[in-house]
Order: sequence, then C-alpha cells, then structure tokens
Amino acid sequence: MSLLDKVANLGRSGIELIMGLGRAGLMLWGAIARKPRAKDFSLFVKQLYVVGVQSMVLIFVSGLFIGMVLALQGYNILVGFGTEESLGPMVALSLLRELGPVVTALLFAGRAGSALTAEIGLMKSTEQLSSLEMMAIDPLRQIIAPRFWAGVVSLPLLALIFTAVGIYGGHIVGVEWKGIDSGSFWSILQASVEWRQDIVNCLIKSIVFAVVVTWIALYRGYQVIPNPEGISKATTQTVVQSSLAVLALDFLLTALMFGR
Amino acid sequence: MLTRKIELLVGLFILSGLAAFLVLVFNVANVEVKSNSSNYTLYAKFSNIGGLKVRSPVKVGGVVVGRVSEITLDPAELVPVVKLAMDKQFNQFPETSSLSILTSGLLGEQFLGLTPGFIDDDIAMLVDGDRIDDTHSALVLEELIGQFLYSASSKD
Amino acid sequence: MEHKVITEPKPLVEIHNLSFSRGEHVIFDDVSLSIPRGKVTAIMGPSGIGKTTLLKLMGGQLTPDTGKVLFDDVDVNKCRREELFELRKRMSMLFQSGALFTDMNVFDNVAFALREHSGLPEMIIKRIVLMKLEAVGLRGAAKMMPNELSGGMQRRVALARAIALEPEMVMYDEPFAGQDPISMGVLVKLIRELSDALQLTSVVISHDVQEVLSIADYVYVMADKRVIAQGTPAELKASEIEQLKQFIGGEPDGPVPFHFPAQDYQKDLLG
Repeated sequence: MSLLDKVANLGRSGIELIMGLGRAGLMLWGAIARKPRAKDFSLFVKQLYVVGVQSMVLIFVSGLFIGMVLALQGYNILVGFGTEESLGPMVALSLLRELGPVVTALLFAGRAGSALTAEIGLMKSTEQLSSLEMMAIDPLRQIIAPRFWAGVVSLPLLALIFTAVGIYGGHIVGVEWKGIDSGSFWSILQASVEWRQDIVNCLIKSIVFAVVVTWIALYRGYQVIPNPEGISKATTQTVVQSSLAVLALDFLLTALMFGR
Repeated sequence: MLTRKIELLVGLFILSGLAAFLVLVFNVANVEVKSNSSNYTLYAKFSNIGGLKVRSPVKVGGVVVGRVSEITLDPAELVPVVKLAMDKQFNQFPETSSLSILTSGLLGEQFLGLTPGFIDDDIAMLVDGDRIDDTHSALVLEELIGQFLYSASSKD
Repeated sequence: MEHKVITEPKPLVEIHNLSFSRGEHVIFDDVSLSIPRGKVTAIMGPSGIGKTTLLKLMGGQLTPDTGKVLFDDVDVNKCRREELFELRKRMSMLFQSGALFTDMNVFDNVAFALREHSGLPEMIIKRIVLMKLEAVGLRGAAKMMPNELSGGMQRRVALARAIALEPEMVMYDEPFAGQDPISMGVLVKLIRELSDALQLTSVVISHDVQEVLSIADYVYVMADKRVIAQGTPAELKASEIEQLKQFIGGEPDGPVPFHFPAQDYQKDLLG
C-alpha cells in the first residue's frame, strides 16, 4: 500500500469519525430538544426503573466491597506509619473524588448501557422503530429521550449511593474490625472532606459520565446493523467505548478540578 | 402503563439517592446544622494548636469526654481559641484542670488531653461557657528538631 | 370518503420516474407506478430486489435519488416533518416481522396508536381495540405478550394494529412469507375482507405468486430494477413475457439466471 493510500485511509476514518459524531449529536438533539408532553413523564419513570432501580443492587454491593477493600489495604499501609486514623479521609476522598463516579459509571456502562444498546438494537432489527415512524410517532422522542433522561438522572444518584455505602464499608473495616476510634475516624474524615471541592465535584463528574455513557449506549443501539451479529457487536462497542470515554474524561476533569 | 410496584421502587430509588446525598453532605463533609443539647461548652486559648482539628476528641486518661466544636482566632490577642463541646455526663471537672494538645503516636492525629486539677472547698466546678486557663500548646516537631539541632551545634 | 363518487378516481399513490441506490448499488432505475384507491394492488418480484425499500420510499422513510412519490398529490419527500407525520396517520404498514412492541401486551400494542393520536377516552379506545382484535380473531389473546404468540398470530395482531386508526392505505410487506398454509389462508382472507369492508387501499408486496394472484385487483411485477409487467391477474397469467412466465411458473432457470453473476466457471476453477 502506498503512502498516499495510507493518508487517504487516515482521512477516511477521520471523516467517518466526524460524521459519526455529527449523527450522534443530531440523534441527541432530535431526542431532547422537544417540549415534553404529559405522558413523557410516565415513560421516563418507567425507564428510571429499568435503568436505575435495576442497577441498584449491583451498585450497593460493589460500593460496600470497594469501600471495605480500600479500608483494608489502606489500613495495612497506614498502620506502618502509625497514622491509621487517616484511614477515614483516605477512604472518603478516594471514593468521592475518583472511585465513586468512575466505578459507578463503569458498572453502569456494563449493566445499563449494554442493556440499552441491546434493547434499542433489537427494536431496530425487529422494525419496531420503523413501525413507530410509520405510525407518525417520532422514535427519538418515544424511545431515545426517556432513556437518555433516565440515564442522566440515575447515574449521579447511583454514584452517591455507591460513595456513601463505600464510606460505611470503610467504616465497618476500619472501626468495627481494625478498632480505629470511631470518633477520630469521623473527625479526621470530616475535617478533610470539603463540600465544594469534593462533593460538588463528585456530582459534576458523575453527571458528565452519565451523559456520555447513556449517549454512547443509545447511539450504538440506534445505529446498529439490524441483525444478531450487529447487536452483539454494538453491545460490546458500548461497553468498550463508554469505559474508555469515562476514564479519559475522568483524567481531564480531575486535571481541571484538582490539577492547579 | 406504569404499575404501582414500579412507581414505588422508583420512588425508593430516588429517596435512597437523596439519602446518600444528605449523608455525604452532613455526615461526611460535616456541613453543620445540628445543635446538640446534651453538651456544655468550654473555651480554651492556646498559643499554638498544631494539627488540632474541629471534631478532634477531648480525652481524660484516654476516655473521650468531648470534642472540639470550633477553632477561631482571638481578634485582639491573635491566638487560637478552641471551643469544646463537652459531654454533659462528665461535668465534674474543677477550675484548676489543665488542657494539653497531645499526639497519638509519633505521627498520629492530635487530640486534647484534659488533666483534672485538685479539688478544694473554694474551687468551683467548670460550667457552661467557662474558660480553661491552664493550657499547654502543641509540640511542633519541626521546632523541636530545630531546637535540638541548635543546642547540639552550640555545644561544639 | 366522499371523493370516491368520481367515476375514475385519481390514484392514491403515484410514483414518477423514481431511481434509488444504496451506495454504488442501484436498486431502482426509473420506476413509475400508481396505486388506485380502494383496490388491492400487488407488487411482486423475486427476493432481494428491494420491494421493502419501495414501501419505505412510499412511506417517506427513505428519499429517492431522483423522481418523486406523491401521496394524494402531496410529495412525501418535499413536505416538512409535521406534514409527513400527518400523511402517515392516513397510511399504515404491516411489517414482515410484525414489529409488535415487545414490552407491551397485545391489547396495548393495538391501542398504542389510538392512545397517541386519537385523543379518545380510554373506554372508547378499549371498545375499538376489542373490535379490531375480534376482526382478526384474537380477542381472546388480548392479555398475552407478543412473544407468547405464534408468528402467524403476531402478524394478525400487527394487522389489527395497522387498521386501528382506520387508515386509507395499508402496506403489507411480505404478509405470507414463512407462514404455514392455514395462517396463509387466514391472512389472505383477512386482507381481502378488510380491504372490502373498510374500502382500504391495499398494497401487497410478496413473492408468493398464487396467494397474490388470488387477492390482487392489479399486479406490478418487478425485476432487474424496474417494472417488467403489469395488469390484472388474468392478464398476467396469459402474458407471453419470458421473465414473467418463469416467475409465475416458478422455473429455476430462465431469463432470471440461476447463477449469481460470476466470471467464467472454467477460468475460476483452473486459475
């Protein structure tokens, strides 16, 4: 292959990427830039159930275990310096600043994101989306919009639950098991966690991740090649692309928030 | 189209999300709103509080009897003033008691050690709003090392 | 439908000189046809010549490269989205797979478009839905989920859904494909009856020659990117066009070759 061909290939994939971004943007715009109707709310609530409630057990259990593991590993290191009381801030800040939003987003991509892609892909391949179109109902509004909003609302809530449960997991290991004074655990923790720096940033991160993960999942489903192979490919792509996007964006946001 | 079960579970989901948020705000970031009536307040001035923090414990012989509730700077004397929230259960400390800032372990967290003073007929007990005058400031490790190095080198 | 009193009514759908291609692959080349009102019009042709694409072009889901599609004198590709949606309320489509909404039961599937568009109270919607289900013989299955039904029954539910809003035109995409003889008979009977009872304009796309010839009033036969023959079923059966005889007679080889275009067989094997 000549050099010119390679340059042309690069150009082609660049153009395809930009066209893809454009299509994804148009899809989202078509879905959310509408005045909501009364019955959109019940569609939204139903999707909150599918996307949010059904992810809750996973998030709760993962949060508990991650908090406990963090505390156990942290304790083993900190006890060497005789500063095991600093376990509280270590667990809380790791969870609030990074693990809460990031791990929740990754789990969400695997649990809810892939399910969204598969569901919409299946709707497309069984012509349910075309059928809505022919019934003069906009599938963007009927199918995409409620799922998008449900994702955007659910993920931050799940991240908060994950973080709170994780901190209590750390408390269980640190205080109940390893015998750190409960008072100093909380006092040092509370002294080092700051409302704006940590909690607001945690929320901002998880909202950004929510938009990105849900968007990718919906777009992958909407653009699926309508056959079983296409759906399974799209589901994998959703998990891979949204995980990478979350990790890259996390670095970017962390640099913006804590990099100074 | 929505069943009652779905509505209920979604409601629970949102509630637990909000509950987690409130726990994080009030319990973890400790944005204060509560006033605890089972406490009484004492004040103490130090020349240096070192690494003492709000909610650091106040201990008598290792038993936690209260917590630091506020740290401010005296505007006139420019020294730190520490406000203590003492547990009502422990209200038998005489006025002659002394406070020192101690460290748990070599690099551990700092806390307030309360040493009860002697009791005599004309010595009253500490009550709400009283000030403890006899205070010992924190040992600052860097200063100690500096002094040690200085005295070691001046001997030569 | 007061305009039906005119002796020779204008066709409901007219397609003029339509060409359409997907990428390099040309699917239609200068196709013109018209769908008369209140009749069953069939479009036949071998698999893979884009009959479904033609339906999507008629419904405005796809835009032709050149030529135009008129529905009741409105160009479906020129009008705005809202106008297109208004047009689509007057037509409906029975998809090959049925395309029932998998997360709703049969009743809600049929009621869906009514709830979205009619603004009728739930009590009346319920009656309409039960009437439509009764018409396709599945009133008893109202509470079942689509995946509990056989393929033929799913297609009948989809038919009930397609006629729920009383459209002027129903497009059937391969209604007989993959059906056992009994379901096939039921569907043939239903399409004919509904068409007569509701004075529907029906467009049936199929390659099942016998069934189509038994219900259609007028037939277009497509092959090789264009219409190769048209006429009433009787006219077509009497036709002398080679391609048509092969298709209707179901002969494996003829003008439509058995072999996919390839280079010389001997060369391929030896080279």
